[in-house]
Amino acid sequence: MGSVTFSNVFKRFEGSGRSGGSTTAVNDLCLEINDREFMVLVGPSGCGKTTALRMIAGLETQSDGDILIGEKCVNSVSPRDRDIAMVFQNYALYPHMSVRDNMSFALKLRNLDKKEIDRRVDDAAELLGLQPMLQRRPGQLSGGQRQRVALGRAIVREPQVFLMDEPLSNLDACLRVQTRAELIKLHRRLGITTIYVTHDQVEAMTMGDRIAVMSGGVLQQCAAPMEIYNHPANMFVAGFIGTPSMNFFKGTVKQAGGQMTVDCGSFAVPVRTSLQSTLGDWIGQPVVFGVRPSDIYPSGSNHFQGGAASQPITTVLDVSEPMGDIVTLYLTIGNQSMVATVSSDHSVKDGQAMDIVFDLDKTHLFDPETEKAIY
Amino acid sequence: MINNSVQMEIGKPAKAPSSMRPTQKSSSAMQKRKSGLSFGEHLLAHSALLLLAIPALLPLLWMVSTSLKSDKQIFATSSKFSLGAFIPHPAVWQNYPVAVHAAPFGMYLENTIFLCVLTVIGAVLSSSLVAYGFARIDFPFKNVFFMLMISTMAIPPQVSMIPVFAMFRWLHWYGTYLPLIVPAFCGAPFYIFLLTQFYRNLPAELSEAARIDGAGEFRIFWQIILPLSKPALATCALFQFLGTWNDFVGPLIYINDPSRYTLAYGLQQLVSTHGGEWASLMADTTLFIVPIIILFFFTQKSFVSGIATTGSKN
Repeated sequence: MGSVTFSNVFKRFEGSGRSGGSTTAVNDLCLEINDREFMVLVGPSGCGKTTALRMIAGLETQSDGDILIGEKCVNSVSPRDRDIAMVFQNYALYPHMSVRDNMSFALKLRNLDKKEIDRRVDDAAELLGLQPMLQRRPGQLSGGQRQRVALGRAIVREPQVFLMDEPLSNLDACLRVQTRAELIKLHRRLGITTIYVTHDQVEAMTMGDRIAVMSGGVLQQCAAPMEIYNHPANMFVAGFIGTPSMNFFKGTVKQAGGQMTVDCGSFAVPVRTSLQSTLGDWIGQPVVFGVRPSDIYPSGSNHFQGGAASQPITTVLDVSEPMGDIVTLYLTIGNQSMVATVSSDHSVKDGQAMDIVFDLDKTHLFDPETEKAIY
Repeated sequence: MINNSVQMEIGKPAKAPSSMRPTQKSSSAMQKRKSGLSFGEHLLAHSALLLLAIPALLPLLWMVSTSLKSDKQIFATSSKFSLGAFIPHPAVWQNYPVAVHAAPFGMYLENTIFLCVLTVIGAVLSSSLVAYGFARIDFPFKNVFFMLMISTMAIPPQVSMIPVFAMFRWLHWYGTYLPLIVPAFCGAPFYIFLLTQFYRNLPAELSEAARIDGAGEFRIFWQIILPLSKPALATCALFQFLGTWNDFVGPLIYINDPSRYTLAYGLQQLVSTHGGEWASLMADTTLFIVPIIILFFFTQKSFVSGIATTGSKN
């Protein structure tokens, strides 16, 4: 069983705070990663994702809580006995060893039979297309090849769990997309539990079976990619996942004539009938209204596939950024601005007025105090 | 194309290996751009450097020149200085065989090499091990110990000479090579400092990767860190070799048996017994420094070559 469990895990770095106090890098992390799952830990720099990964590897010791690999608590188990393999951000290949030696180093230390070592290295090399370069040294390889060697070094171990610390961040954009797809295929083929750390939300969305979004050492939400995208648990997750970020507007819940609306000052958005009962306590209360740029449409657009659209809202188009198939629009309503991504066939020019509608089924409401989602 | 450009960027070591350096012809423009010096400025700089090199080279030149002269030639030119006086005419090559047989230099050479080999092994092994501890392992009061270790460099050897001598005599090591060899196995602050700085620059991920691969601390040191530290180790080895080769005071204090003399000490003995024979003394001295010059020619590459930490992206 290659499952990994964090149970109330804390990691504090003593003496690293501003006043010499401790910094909490990981705060009460509870997370279960299932066997054979591809779990992505995502978040901005310093959110604790790499620390969490290093704690699984045994390179950091947690200050409190338990970490289980399979059924076994590994709190006091050394890295070599945890049956994990790690791919580092800068690959960490041994520069003075050939590719073959790099890949077989761990196996030699386990006193495996030479034939078995050769078999495993050759199998991994074949899988990753590394056969022609087995005798070369890392310095003679390109970035992409080194990345594959680092993967190969992990694969030959046949571990319970793969740990990957931003393994694609050093590749150029083109190679990154290609390797991303290869990693997904590799995971499906090997079926080994993989925990993948990245700050890139596109990688998180495309690769993970589930995504764990972290911020400030705290797990914000853990769910399948589309669940996170469609139903973010709080404003941080809503703003972090999705490019461009979700638009947020301060507003107040109002009720007039049986219709509940969110009044954002420059515009008001009706609340779906099915959700009105949950908003009973919020009437007259401040809220934060959120809508993704992709859920905003030019009024009358035939691309709108949603169930219910809001009333047209008049905005001014400041700048449009054509991206080919879509255009990113920077709009102003009153003194508020918003971003929309629409199909490139709209005809409004910069500086002109533009009527837009929201897909009401995909709007969000947050509590401004706790920043948690109301719906 | 992508791969090539990536390789060029990643494969760039701290200092480019000779194969990657531009050829002399194509490099002049690059050099000019790099240093920002014109041809005239280069000429001026080189002239100044040559001028400064003369005082350093003059005694060496005088030594080699004297070693090839007869006594008559040596004293004939002593009253007035001229450049022509440096050229022996005729060159008396016979001084060399005479000089070599003036003392049992073969034995001295054997003794010296024996000491050099052991002290180099000792100094490099012990210093690299201690430096590894300072650079890669966390322990309480590490910085205090490091500063303490560094501060011992400031203690002049003359200060500790007598207590150290008393200690070795108490150990009954006087008259043996042990006082010259054993301290080398206890680490030298300068090498420890040098290696600590070097190890600190090696990526921590290498150790972590090895740790996950199943290596213990000593194996990480021996199989990962040491092979990557060859340039720094070579520097330490060369310094130690030179130190032992040139060491005069050590053998003077601790060695009393002529069969254990080293070259430096044996040469000094020659001065006291054959003081007037300048030509053969200078021939011996020339022979004494030749191995050092040869060694430097062979090892200078390890000083200038960069370190191959290219297995990591950064």
